[in-house]
Amino acid sequence: MLKQTEGSHAIAESVALCRPEVICAYPITPQTHIVEGLGEMVKAGELKSCEFINVESEFAALSVAIGASAAGARTYTATASQGLLFMAEAVYNAAGLGLPIVMTIGNRAIGAPINIWNDHTDSMSMRDAGWIQLYAETNQEAADLHIQAFRLAEDLSMPVMVCVDGFILTHAYERIDVPAQEQVDAYLPPFEPRQVLDPREPVSIGAMVGPEAFMEVRYLAHHKQMRALELIPQLSREFKTVFGRDSGGLIRTYRAEDAKTIVVALGSVNGTIKDVIDELRDEGCAIGAAAIVSFRPFPSDELHEVLSHAKRLVVIEKSLAVGIGGIVSHNLRMALSGISLHAYTVVAGLGGRAITKSSLRSLFERALRDELEPLTFLDLNQAAIDRELAREQAQRRSGPSAENILRDLAGGVR
Amino acid sequence: MEMQQIKFYQTGTFTVGNRLLDETQRSVQANMQRTNSLNSGHRACQGCGEALGARYAIDAAMRAANNQVIACNATGCLEVFSTPYPETSWQIPWIHSLFGNAAAVATGVMAAMKVKGRRDVRVIAQGGDGGTTDIGFGCLSGMFERNDDVLYLCYDNQAYMNTGVQRSSATPPAARTATTMAVGAAPGNTFGQGKNVPEIAMAHGIPYVATASVAYLRDLEEKVSRAMTARGARYIHILVPCPLGWGAAPHDTIRLARLAVETGLFPLFEAEHGEVTHSTPIRHRVPVEEYLKPQKRFAHLFGKTPAVDTLARIQAQADRNIRKYRLMDERRHG
Repeated sequence: MLKQTEGSHAIAESVALCRPEVICAYPITPQTHIVEGLGEMVKAGELKSCEFINVESEFAALSVAIGASAAGARTYTATASQGLLFMAEAVYNAAGLGLPIVMTIGNRAIGAPINIWNDHTDSMSMRDAGWIQLYAETNQEAADLHIQAFRLAEDLSMPVMVCVDGFILTHAYERIDVPAQEQVDAYLPPFEPRQVLDPREPVSIGAMVGPEAFMEVRYLAHHKQMRALELIPQLSREFKTVFGRDSGGLIRTYRAEDAKTIVVALGSVNGTIKDVIDELRDEGCAIGAAAIVSFRPFPSDELHEVLSHAKRLVVIEKSLAVGIGGIVSHNLRMALSGISLHAYTVVAGLGGRAITKSSLRSLFERALRDELEPLTFLDLNQAAIDRELAREQAQRRSGPSAENILRDLAGGVR
Repeated sequence: MEMQQIKFYQTGTFTVGNRLLDETQRSVQANMQRTNSLNSGHRACQGCGEALGARYAIDAAMRAANNQVIACNATGCLEVFSTPYPETSWQIPWIHSLFGNAAAVATGVMAAMKVKGRRDVRVIAQGGDGGTTDIGFGCLSGMFERNDDVLYLCYDNQAYMNTGVQRSSATPPAARTATTMAVGAAPGNTFGQGKNVPEIAMAHGIPYVATASVAYLRDLEEKVSRAMTARGARYIHILVPCPLGWGAAPHDTIRLARLAVETGLFPLFEAEHGEVTHSTPIRHRVPVEEYLKPQKRFAHLFGKTPAVDTLARIQAQADRNIRKYRLMDERRHG
């Protein structure tokens, strides 16, 4: 059913259609509206056979989810930013135990300086925790990916993060096609756990594993993700059969077939990128894009295929690997084996800095002329940085740099 | 016919031979059909109080719950010695997730059971004093505050034994640990620190809180059984001496667990909804020295010049407990 709704609420409705049995909630901007929406549905009795638990921290939220999932319940939670870091130990634990929890990340920057706006630093920090990571481009896709995520998680017995750009998607009102319960039921069978805590058949879960078997247990986690490389496209195709639209998959290309320059990015920024590509295509530039939907597992083969005839690669990164540059770019190196091209890393949109069409256009134009540095920070205020560096040079106790930059921009520092 | 009344304290220790009792009054451990939830063959040290405490408590819980029990374990000795892969000593469904989240994992299991309509299945969370009073305290308090239907068992051996005897917030004053060394002007752990988690649990107003000691099997089993009759958050804090960490002989585990109670240093009591409802009287009061002396962690108090002041402060603590919980008082609780 088509409706005009907030991204977070569309996600909440989508999750509710998946018949979750335990939902743990702890507030953190910008994911809060999702769990609020679900909590209301449970309290009002619209979402039946579901326990909604208000916990005392994100660490507890995922820990409750671990217990619930290990006891055989379909389990959901959501978090963002600092919350994801606070639950980090449990993030690895859930994956290590092979528990098919689905968690939404309302992508947000990590402090200090504290910042509530969007970038991908939070989910990127957990990229190697053993969870599958899917990135939504639109709110329709965000809603759809959650339905696929439960299916994927439970097929593989492995947790899945659905990453949704904070504010840009979570708080945006859009027209969303919310599926019918019968469709979701047809797509997502009831949860059959691979391992379960049950007095009728006692098992010990979470034993200590020494050097004699640890490598093998870890390898199996990798093996599952390699299986996911086949399963994700298959589930996306099945989704289309049931719901009648394209959603998910490993990557999604745009005007990439004959493109000599390929732009790679994750999440909602792909919408803007496609607009700019259209303009440049109209002017005769052979440019296209590849949006990575599944960052874990990383679709190396698919990206290799797309990039095999390209001359240039521009990676738009919403996170910064301090001291080296880009995370997505470095992952892409694995896909570039045997391909010779110019690769440009562009760090953009940190802490909610708008990534505008005009900035992207001039960036791509410079890339097309091969005038870009290997590492570029989009729309960086270099003058403000130079002034702060000068202050630090001038005196030892120059003070906290974040505050200095803010005062500088307000015109208060000389 | 002349009748002889049996007194439970006739041996001076509250112990009583099961053969003197009616079958229904015998301890769970005396029953051939006990579940041995934590089975033999695990790798705990000789004389481990925690291994005893866990078996006593879980077996009693199993009997009370018709064997429908799931346990969630914090990281620590109990977890490590009971489940070295691929072996497990647990005869019940058991999960270990992390050091600091046992209470929250138990909440999750409880929620799953509730939604699946398995109200017969009872959920237990358990951990040592580190996993309970320190790193797991946030999750513990959250579970209490929500009054989740979970019984939390803390096996208190008064330090981080699994990592090599470091101080926790349950380590008693003056005790030597690897991080409160017996050197300097004030050797051992500092006075005036630490937290009383049973009282903090009571402050949450939860249905049932109790303290127990592995020296008092029947009392421990009784408290677990009583806890299992209630719904909501319940907490039992069990003193479990650690021969390694306390520097005591393995055969002294039960003796020390008893002396801790008889000195007044570890008061046994029960509380319901935040109010003490019963405390166990001390019939043979002993001075704290008798409890402290057999433990090497307190050896620095008994050198050439005994640390009289320190001993007096510890004695004062015991006296305060005796007053506070009315352990020698005719008007005592219960």
